[in-house]
Amino acid sequence: MAENTKNEKILVDIQHERLSFFTPAGEVKALNDVSFKMKEGEVLGIVGESGSGKSVTAYSLMGLTAYPGRLIGGTIDFNGHRINDMTEAEFREIRGNEVSIIFQDPMTSLNPVYTVGNQIEEVIKLHTDKNKEEARARAIELLTLVGINEPEKRLKQYPHELSGGMRQRVMIAIALACEPKLLIADEPTTALDVTIQAQILELMMELREKLGMAIIMITHDLGIVASMCEKIAVMYAGRIVEYGTTDDIFYNPKHEYTKGLIKSIPRLDAKDHERLVPIEGTPVDMLNPPAGCPFAPRCDSCMKICLREMPPVTYFNDVHYTQCWLNQKAEAEAAAKAGKEEADE
Amino acid sequence: MAKYLLKRVLLALVTIWAVATITFVLMNMVPGGPFLSEKAISPAATAALEAKYGLDKPFSERYITYLKDACHGDFGLSLKQRGRTVTSIITTKFPVSARVGGVAVLVSLLLGVPLGVVAAYKRGTAVDSTLSVLATLGIAVPSFVICTVLMYFFGVKLGWLPTLGLTTPKHYIMPVFALAAYPTSYITRLMRSSMLDVLGQDYMRTARAKGLSQKVSLFKHALRNAILPVITYLGPMIAYTLVGSFIVEKIFTIPGLGGEFIKAINGRDYTMIMGTTIFLAVFMVIMLLIVDIIYTIVDPRIKLK
Repeated sequence: MAENTKNEKILVDIQHERLSFFTPAGEVKALNDVSFKMKEGEVLGIVGESGSGKSVTAYSLMGLTAYPGRLIGGTIDFNGHRINDMTEAEFREIRGNEVSIIFQDPMTSLNPVYTVGNQIEEVIKLHTDKNKEEARARAIELLTLVGINEPEKRLKQYPHELSGGMRQRVMIAIALACEPKLLIADEPTTALDVTIQAQILELMMELREKLGMAIIMITHDLGIVASMCEKIAVMYAGRIVEYGTTDDIFYNPKHEYTKGLIKSIPRLDAKDHERLVPIEGTPVDMLNPPAGCPFAPRCDSCMKICLREMPPVTYFNDVHYTQCWLNQKAEAEAAAKAGKEEADE
Repeated sequence: MAKYLLKRVLLALVTIWAVATITFVLMNMVPGGPFLSEKAISPAATAALEAKYGLDKPFSERYITYLKDACHGDFGLSLKQRGRTVTSIITTKFPVSARVGGVAVLVSLLLGVPLGVVAAYKRGTAVDSTLSVLATLGIAVPSFVICTVLMYFFGVKLGWLPTLGLTTPKHYIMPVFALAAYPTSYITRLMRSSMLDVLGQDYMRTARAKGLSQKVSLFKHALRNAILPVITYLGPMIAYTLVGSFIVEKIFTIPGLGGEFIKAINGRDYTMIMGTTIFLAVFMVIMLLIVDIIYTIVDPRIKLK
């Protein structure tokens, strides 16, 4: 079933997206030339530190960009819709229906004064023709699907009567109510404790097998993307600095930032007293981004050109690419070497 | 819940007793008396009057007698309004004040809540600043100014509205406006600030992500969370507004209870002072209890224990 839905149809196509927040202090360039494509049923992980533009990218897909943010360039296509041209009313049609989102903190993402049932049935009634009883039946079905016991009883309970993991399951039930094509998971397990995290992730993978939706997994936990995702986009300062399959990223990282991220994962086989390797420095000031590569000030292998000019994209295969001068240099050297060998012959 | 209510009722009785005692003590410490007036009354007549109302007895005896009678529902005769009991004065005058006050409460709720929501939703715009200026005016301008200005323009200059009494619905317009100006403004401001808090909450983002319209997310998801401070304010506000305002009733010559409070104090009408004060205290205590109960209905996280 999951194999069938994994056809070659493109679900998300973002080209050169630029998005800025126009604050009183100036223009904060949150996204600078972000491009990627997703096929139906694909799982994409977006990793990066706070403020790197992970959530902003995903939210812009749903038209949920917070004021004073504005799309200022590029195109976003989702499931046959040109997101750039859509009105608020058109967005309302697809939100919760074709694209859903699970937020980070299930403690605060459910409305405390309405019952769980009310909040699930609301979205069903909004997007389908189901009447009250049918919506209730569907809600029970959904709660069973996300592994909540005694669904009839839970429907009548309020969010504060449920545990954190249970609430996140409810959020997932709400998100899946209308069988969306795309599920955006914005750090869905950050606020949960570790055992619950594993359960929720397992549940999400299980549901993807069953329902075949595509998932964008936003996280800063590389462990999660390694186990769940097919493709990974590494974001830094509003750019995708490296993009590739999970294997590409973990076994053949090309960008210094990606390498740093992987190095900073605590290892099980680490010797006693072995320290974690952090990436030194702090993220760039997005109000005044540097002219060159935004990672240059923190990069151990920084060259002169890195500070002056933004590196072009280097492709390693059909999907794997990075934006880094080092790779340009490696390529240039390889090309030069090849040229020299040719000349020698 | 039943246990909680019982506890609250017992506490309420203590509160009312404390109010009664403090009022009784203070009232007796204030110089003057009910039978002092510009016209000289002979000492013999004064003594006779005092004897009639039991004012010649020592303080402690009067206090105990008063409490005993009050427990039986007997609040005594008015010392100034001859031949009328305190209870009968309150029961005839309160409904008049309550009618005007009730309309004012409704108006301030029906106006204040939506205006606050709109101001919060349109924060930072001209609509918001206009409402903010109006609300500040409504809070800052004293009711006697509002009354006289209204009366001057709509009553005298334009002649649209009657200025005296309470006989037709038209008569209600100006007093209700004068009474409602402050609470409406206050509710607008309360609602705006608590709504701003709520609009930033994660569950509001969830509501948007579900595809709900602005109207539904504002008036279903946000309002019920944001209205708690208004409910808190509503308890005492309703109590004060329903018992009437001295100023508004005086200016529009409404025969309500509001005037009685001031009249009783000025005339040292001891039984009336006690009666009106205890009445307001009881009313207030009941309103606060109702507020607590409404809390649990609006917000299921609140449990009465």
